Amino acid sequence: MNDVRDKYEMTIGIECHVQLDTISKLFSGADNDARDKDPNVATSPIDFGLPGMLPVLNRRAVELAVIAGKALGADIAHVSRFDRKHYFYPDLPKGYQISQMYQPIILAGKVTAPLPDGSSVEVRIHHAHLEEDAGKLTHHGTFSLVDLNRAGTPLIEIVSEPDIHSPAEAKAYATELYRLMTYAGVTKGDLYHGNMRFDVNISVAPKGATELGKRAEVKNLNSFKSVERAAEYEFQRQVELLEAGETVVQETRGWDDATGKTSSQRSKEDAQDYRYMPDPDIPPIVLTDEEIARIQAQSGRLPNEYREAMAPLGFDATVLQAILSSKDRAEMVSQLAERSPSAARRAGYWLQLDTAKGDDELAVDEAVSLSYDAVVTLSTMVDENELSSTAAKQVWREMSQSGGDPRAIAEAKNLLQVSDESAVLEVVDAVLTDPASAQSIADIRAGQEKAIGFLVGQVMKRSQGKANPALAGELLRKRLAETNES
Amino acid sequence: MRRIDDYRDMTAVDAVREAIEAAKANESFHAILSLTEERALARAADVDAGTVSGRLAGVPFIAKDNFLTFGSATTAASRMLENFEAPLQATAIERLEAEGAICIGKANLDAFAHGGSTENSAFGPTKNAVDTSKVAGGSSGGSAVAVALGIVPFALGTDTGGSIRQPASFNGVVGVKPTYGTVSRFGVVAMASSTDTIGVLAVSAKDAEVVMDIMSGQDDRDMTTLPDFFAPQGIERPLKIGVIGEAMTDDVATVVRDKVVASLERMKGAGHSVDQVSLPILKYALAIYYIVVPAEISSNLARYDGIRYGLRAANDTLSHLYGASRDAGFMPENKRRILIGSYVLSSGYFDAYYLKAQKARTLLIEEFNRLFDDYDILVAPVAPTPAFALGENADDPVKMYLADIMTVPASLAGLPAVSVPAKTEPGELPVGVQLIGRRQSDALLLALARQLEEEEA
Repeated sequence: MNDVRDKYEMTIGIECHVQLDTISKLFSGADNDARDKDPNVATSPIDFGLPGMLPVLNRRAVELAVIAGKALGADIAHVSRFDRKHYFYPDLPKGYQISQMYQPIILAGKVTAPLPDGSSVEVRIHHAHLEEDAGKLTHHGTFSLVDLNRAGTPLIEIVSEPDIHSPAEAKAYATELYRLMTYAGVTKGDLYHGNMRFDVNISVAPKGATELGKRAEVKNLNSFKSVERAAEYEFQRQVELLEAGETVVQETRGWDDATGKTSSQRSKEDAQDYRYMPDPDIPPIVLTDEEIARIQAQSGRLPNEYREAMAPLGFDATVLQAILSSKDRAEMVSQLAERSPSAARRAGYWLQLDTAKGDDELAVDEAVSLSYDAVVTLSTMVDENELSSTAAKQVWREMSQSGGDPRAIAEAKNLLQVSDESAVLEVVDAVLTDPASAQSIADIRAGQEKAIGFLVGQVMKRSQGKANPALAGELLRKRLAETNES
Repeated sequence: MRRIDDYRDMTAVDAVREAIEAAKANESFHAILSLTEERALARAADVDAGTVSGRLAGVPFIAKDNFLTFGSATTAASRMLENFEAPLQATAIERLEAEGAICIGKANLDAFAHGGSTENSAFGPTKNAVDTSKVAGGSSGGSAVAVALGIVPFALGTDTGGSIRQPASFNGVVGVKPTYGTVSRFGVVAMASSTDTIGVLAVSAKDAEVVMDIMSGQDDRDMTTLPDFFAPQGIERPLKIGVIGEAMTDDVATVVRDKVVASLERMKGAGHSVDQVSLPILKYALAIYYIVVPAEISSNLARYDGIRYGLRAANDTLSHLYGASRDAGFMPENKRRILIGSYVLSSGYFDAYYLKAQKARTLLIEEFNRLFDDYDILVAPVAPTPAFALGENADDPVKMYLADIMTVPASLAGLPAVSVPAKTEPGELPVGVQLIGRRQSDALLLALARQLEEEEA
């Protein structure tokens, strides 16, 4: 299969819906945070599509879109407008979605997404537009229920150019979009609750072909991993079709995370005519350069600013990825760097350990609530040989979960290193007289210096990890030299 | 026939009782769909107790049944909304109530305001106030007849292409279609958002002026409202008046032209100058209107799907629920406009119809602007004929649309226009003369209407 796949190239464009972190909805005063609320309580007569209701544009949503535009490296339109996109579905109360078809607020831009191997992919942004989210349906066998809590939630839809050519690039792009949008402060970024959703358009064509293949759109992916897996699956599926002499159907497909497969939802023949029309209820959004600059000054620091700030620390790509997986982490490490580069460096590795434990999606992160003082103290304890690096990791985890002072935790867990020479010497002597050590001692005397490691390990074991390993090694050598002479 | 000032010496309860009695006595005209007697009397008691006061304290009025109001259903004269109880009131209603006015009921209209005769009401037509064999005009036919019969001194209407001016003309009352954006559309069942206006039908221009003064002004619930510019004014200098030549051709009934000419003579008599002017694009106005407006209608009526409120006709499959509910809830004219609108917005036709019509609309606005460089007010008939017979145009939608030819230009351009009753002899059907002004010159139009009225009195 591998050689067959090498004959083909995939081309991917991604549309990403980002729910904006506003207090109220895009066109009504209803609560924009419907998490854990009963159905249809976060609604207003406007969201409900009652007769005579009119949209009132949320100024904050416009500001967040302008800020998002900066993160996307895009220009902001001085004049943008809203249009109505018509279709009938029970989750769409007005029979149309208010969107921006003809004059979007965010113009062309560019996102550079780093890949795990240290390279990066550049993805041009076609445009991004403001629109309202639809409600939700739940199906119960013979009937369905409508929940309009989400109806009217402000979104920006970021439309990329088809600049992506591998599942890894698709994932990298989705991840970088997440960082950009959360760092800028545009969205809460709660992927579990669908704050960011990806539609992946993928086509396959023989390498070197001048025309793209027929594309399939996999809709509503809500994790970076599923973006990658769906792209991988679709590539495989489409290559198999082409190899079998069949054609790829232009269609919308759904993703099943459990089976890892896509399945057909709607073919192009069923594509709806949305009958787009300028929305006569909403005047155009007019923004001057001064207003745009003033709004964009509110943006949070973007990932690249952190990357630059952390460059002198020399992190490798995986550690950097772990640090940048949330803005709070990036903020912590870059703040630490200003006080103590070694503390920052250690914190980076500790954070990477946390990440490596789970999957690579972004889990709830307790470490970020740590006080910077505590992290610096912990790092200093390692510097000063009060804690071994293994013990420090334990303290870090404890601190991350329950807070607390690192020294108190180390003491309570009995992790402080023994650097008292006489105490360590006692252990060293015990190890050297242990018959189990005889072989290693003989090896060392025969010039195999590396065998000292086993003895140090024995000292650590006997001291329950508390002995300072450097001191242990030093004392072991000293004792062996003494006994040699005698 | 009482005017606003005539209510000063009455208790509000008496005023409301009198109006409700008059409404009941005139039921045969079918001008009113529902009375909100209980709520009206309660509010009247509040006025009499002094807890509610204002410029319209204790003055009864009627609202077209496409205004969301408390006290009875808001039906838009449709089966779709036959049982729809509004959870809030239109801004216009709230502003009038804040000044002590009392809504006593809801007036008949063409369903969803689609029509020019009130024959498209799902609940049956309204009869003309002067000749019951004739139509009331529309779509604010019920409002016009209620005022003409003296039930209330004023009634609210909506005007999207002539729906206030034409029934005002057919029943001999004053009808004000303000500059687009003068009065909030919040809480009024939308027809065509870019030309929908909220206005008033009244016994006198003076009363219409008071009502407009109260209703107008910015509303943070309607982004298209203008800052309050309306201020009653007098006539300080002779006006330059232009009569639109293309609106005075043989296609217009002689009696209508004669009335317009007579009015122009009276304007001259008052010291104003009158010239004939040309608006060549008038002949395209109807074509523009019947593309842009159905497009917006098809969009605005998409929300009536039987899911959340309103008529639900079937419950087996989703597409059947939609189809059957909309089939049962809409009148033939509603469906016709939804079909036309869906067609002109559909992929492949949008540019040829909708966009082209919008470009032509811009040309129309520019032609008006050029005339207003030289003239203060333009004059035209309101409709080519007086009220026609009930049923006369029922089977000919195009003929029905042609009756809108004089009123749609001001709607498309967002201009203020007032229908002023011409002087009639006994036995004649009423005829309105249309005054069209620059944007935001609403008060000047009413000042001229008042001058003509006072001269007559």
